[in-house]
Amino acid sequence: MKTTYREAMRDALRDALTRDERVFLMGEDVGRYGGCFAVSLGLLEEFGPERVRDTPLSESGFVGAGIGAALGGMRPIVEIMTVNFSLLALDQIVNNAATLLHMSGGQFNVPVVIRMATGAGRQLAAQHSHSLEAWYAHVPGIRAVAPATIEDARGMLWTALCDPDPVVVFEHGTLYNVEGELADDAAPTDIDRAAIRRPGSDLTLIAYGGTLGKALGAAEELRADGIDAEVVDLRTLRPLDTATIVESVTRTHRAVVVDEGWRTGSLAAEVSAQITENAFYDLDAPVARVCSAEVPIPYARHLEEAALPQVPDIVAAAKELGA
Amino acid sequence: MGDFLMPSLGADMESGTVLEWRVRPGDTVHRGDIVAVVDTEKSTIEIEVFEDGIVDELLVEAGAEVPVGTPLARIGAATAQPAEAARPKPARPKARPRPAHRKAAPSNAARPQAAEHVRASPLARRRAAERDIDLAAVGGSGPGGAVVAADLERAAVTGPPAPTPAAEAAPEPAAARRDDRQAAMRHAIGVLMARSAREIPHYHLATTIDLSAALRWLTAANERRSVSERLLPGALLLRATALAAREVPALNGFWVDDGFRPSAVVHLGVAVSLRGGGLVAPALHDADRLTLDELMAGLRDLVGRARAGRLRSSEMADPTLTVTNLGDQGVDEVHGVIYAPQVALIGFGKVAERPWASGGMLGVRPTVRATLAADHRASDGMIGARFLNALDRLLQTPEDL
Amino acid sequence: MTVERDRGLHLLRELVRIRRFEERCVELYSATEIRGFLHLYIGEEAVAVGVMDALGPDDAIVATYRDHGHALARGVPAEAVMAEMLGKVEGTSRGRGGSMHLFDRAAHFYGGNAIVGGGLPLAGGLALADMMQHRPHVTACFFGEGAVAEGEFHETMNLAALWHLPVLFCCENNLYAMGTALERSEAVTDLAMRAAGSGMPAWPIDGLDVLAVADAADRAVLHVRGGGGPVFLELRTYRFRAHSMYDPERYRSKDEVEAWRMRDPVGLLTERLRADGLLADEDLAAIEDETAAEIDAAVEAARAGTLEPVEDLTRFVTSEAPA
Repeated sequence: MKTTYREAMRDALRDALTRDERVFLMGEDVGRYGGCFAVSLGLLEEFGPERVRDTPLSESGFVGAGIGAALGGMRPIVEIMTVNFSLLALDQIVNNAATLLHMSGGQFNVPVVIRMATGAGRQLAAQHSHSLEAWYAHVPGIRAVAPATIEDARGMLWTALCDPDPVVVFEHGTLYNVEGELADDAAPTDIDRAAIRRPGSDLTLIAYGGTLGKALGAAEELRADGIDAEVVDLRTLRPLDTATIVESVTRTHRAVVVDEGWRTGSLAAEVSAQITENAFYDLDAPVARVCSAEVPIPYARHLEEAALPQVPDIVAAAKELGA
Repeated sequence: MGDFLMPSLGADMESGTVLEWRVRPGDTVHRGDIVAVVDTEKSTIEIEVFEDGIVDELLVEAGAEVPVGTPLARIGAATAQPAEAARPKPARPKARPRPAHRKAAPSNAARPQAAEHVRASPLARRRAAERDIDLAAVGGSGPGGAVVAADLERAAVTGPPAPTPAAEAAPEPAAARRDDRQAAMRHAIGVLMARSAREIPHYHLATTIDLSAALRWLTAANERRSVSERLLPGALLLRATALAAREVPALNGFWVDDGFRPSAVVHLGVAVSLRGGGLVAPALHDADRLTLDELMAGLRDLVGRARAGRLRSSEMADPTLTVTNLGDQGVDEVHGVIYAPQVALIGFGKVAERPWASGGMLGVRPTVRATLAADHRASDGMIGARFLNALDRLLQTPEDL
Repeated sequence: MTVERDRGLHLLRELVRIRRFEERCVELYSATEIRGFLHLYIGEEAVAVGVMDALGPDDAIVATYRDHGHALARGVPAEAVMAEMLGKVEGTSRGRGGSMHLFDRAAHFYGGNAIVGGGLPLAGGLALADMMQHRPHVTACFFGEGAVAEGEFHETMNLAALWHLPVLFCCENNLYAMGTALERSEAVTDLAMRAAGSGMPAWPIDGLDVLAVADAADRAVLHVRGGGGPVFLELRTYRFRAHSMYDPERYRSKDEVEAWRMRDPVGLLTERLRADGLLADEDLAAIEDETAAEIDAAVEAARAGTLEPVEDLTRFVTSEAPA
């Protein structure tokens, strides 16, 4: 059936709320407003205000409440409007969700799912355009996932809810309107493995979330030049599926990592390091990175476009490697 | 700096006999240099030194058997001489009288100097080591002029690639550079072919194929095509080879780690002679899945780019079976050397009218000699024969190609 | 206010247990057997003892980093607490938490939280889980008056009042946030009045008088458990010792400390029970003897405890599959 990323995510929410009474959705404007990206539109009417819970603008308060409710036996889905606002809840996520199991010597696990939109590309300027996935992926005790496809938008949530530990889900803001086919019997998907979205033999383009589409676009352009690029979608940002990445690069001998985060200390840096550590003797060129420019994301369209990784940048980086 | 000891060359080695010294006091040695030949109970082994320095003194005479761990020589610091000179006691003479029984040490002049750092990718380094290729002799086409894996493949068959802009920055007379490259190319071809001839037990088969049906079909097919789209007989031969390779997978793949690894795909290496001498054998990817027109276009593109020095690394790195067609050069048949780690090489000579006996009658037919050089470790003659028969059969029904 | 002899002796025993336990901790710290931060509760024991006395076995507790008193008063075994301080597997958190992070699932003790204010949202969430699952439990959340300056305090107070969450907020007002006096950090120092502004009942209590604390907590718990929403108790108390093990105490005078010591909660209750004829000298001696024996045993057991093998370092970062 034809659907959008947004509808797929909504179906996933509906499915989870239907399947398990312990599941509830909580966040700013998830109820009456229908979600700031309209993801939860209609769910309040369907499931009532107990389970589709509008919260005050208190990111730390309600994210912490989600963590507490998870401790108390619920399966909360906490929506933070965007990753930018999640910084107000960073204490709860990093100091509580990620540490409680360990600090309690294994007594208290935290089965909370925290969803948030991420990324730039919509001329929203610096405070609404961050890509801070790497910050969360840095923290042991958290699983970080980035559904980049409609199938994963539909499939990752339930699996995340089944995880006994905290899962942070990053939904790139430019994906919600993406249309595509989804099988009528679409099922939960794993949240462990990276996926090869396009097989190829000359080099590996590694991307996730909002940059997957750009990597696939670049692969098409490269094909016109006779370069056969493989595209790997990381899917899970922590723990990284190093095996799939390394297996691919071992075959292609070249890698370009595409990441909307800033280059310095980026997830791309981590992926690059993993490749260097694990596939060094199979590398035929240095690992290349295509990341955002080191600048707060500007408003003006041409500046924003210049700041973000784009298809021509990926193509150029790939060609530079001499594939 | 310190003593150079009789090494343990195996868990069961207790002692060794110094057969020969390869260095003398005063010689500069580098880590990895062979300094002596030692006889153990099992064999005679050249032993290497593990540090840089200057040989101070040989402590054990040739012919002596000593236990493992016995100091054999004293190695001084390479930079120690000025310091030693400053000491109150006179500096040790660089050369001391040789004991009469010592064998003359071989000339050190022949020993290669410590290699300068060659810019090369890790993969290229690893493969060069595996194949005994001297990286310094291979031109680099990778980022910043680095030697990449494709350069090794190319060098193995042809020689260094067209230099990258970075590499070109070095001011150097063009002619000299060309000469160097020619020499490096010969060297690389030599290394690879020698290794192939040394390690691969080749067997050779040949068959003569009647091409009248194929050429008839080709003439008719070309009538409907513009000049630039016309098919050449070579394309038919490649197409038939690709299909035969799919039919007889035992010849399509690689000999690695003492075993044959068949390839799931057919990437035909096409030997292309270069105008300046030498040749390359880049791959036509998935040749068995290309239509004749695609294959012809691919062939034109590949030959053009090969001669312009613009091949891609993957094309250089992954042919699964190579075809060499020397028909243009007027020869009847080719008995080739397999391009390791592939396990077979298909050769075609010129397409020519030859006397042809059939059904008790003698006629004249256009024919070609197809040859197969195959690795006997991977296949036997029966397999090879099956391949050539398949090739023949496929060329009799060109409309199906 | 009258008190029965058994209850009075029980409360006294708890006060003495905590006092003597911590005095032993000081010794062990000086002998380098305990390391890290060690925040002593000496002077504030009546708060934990009084509140715990009012709670039922299924109620939940969220504590601060000054948590030995809460844990002991809640019934977490002294052995396990001591073993934790000595970094042993037998500790409440297998030696992964230390003094500031005591946890006990059986006691519904959700930890010492070492981020000021960080425990409040958790308590809100635990209460939310109880409410959504229709369990008549109360979550008691302890925090110092320093937390009142934190955003998480206000966010959680608002959320709890808004959603009628069954939380008992126990503000331990010991007048100093580390070294910063209340009047130097808050424009309005009447904390109960400020809490009332969040829309919940808020009572100031003499936190040195365990009977007053227990009485107020009884009434508050009744209110909360009955569905009346959260209650805020401002428990006015005093820390007799340094913020952590030692500090130069430049922020308060010795006279001030001495004046507060005159109202030592152990002394207050002892005098009260004596005055009522409920406590004989032999009763007090028996309490001291029993306490000393318990603590000796706890120290001995903790010293004999085992160290977690270093190979198990990265356990409890994510949940382990049940064996």
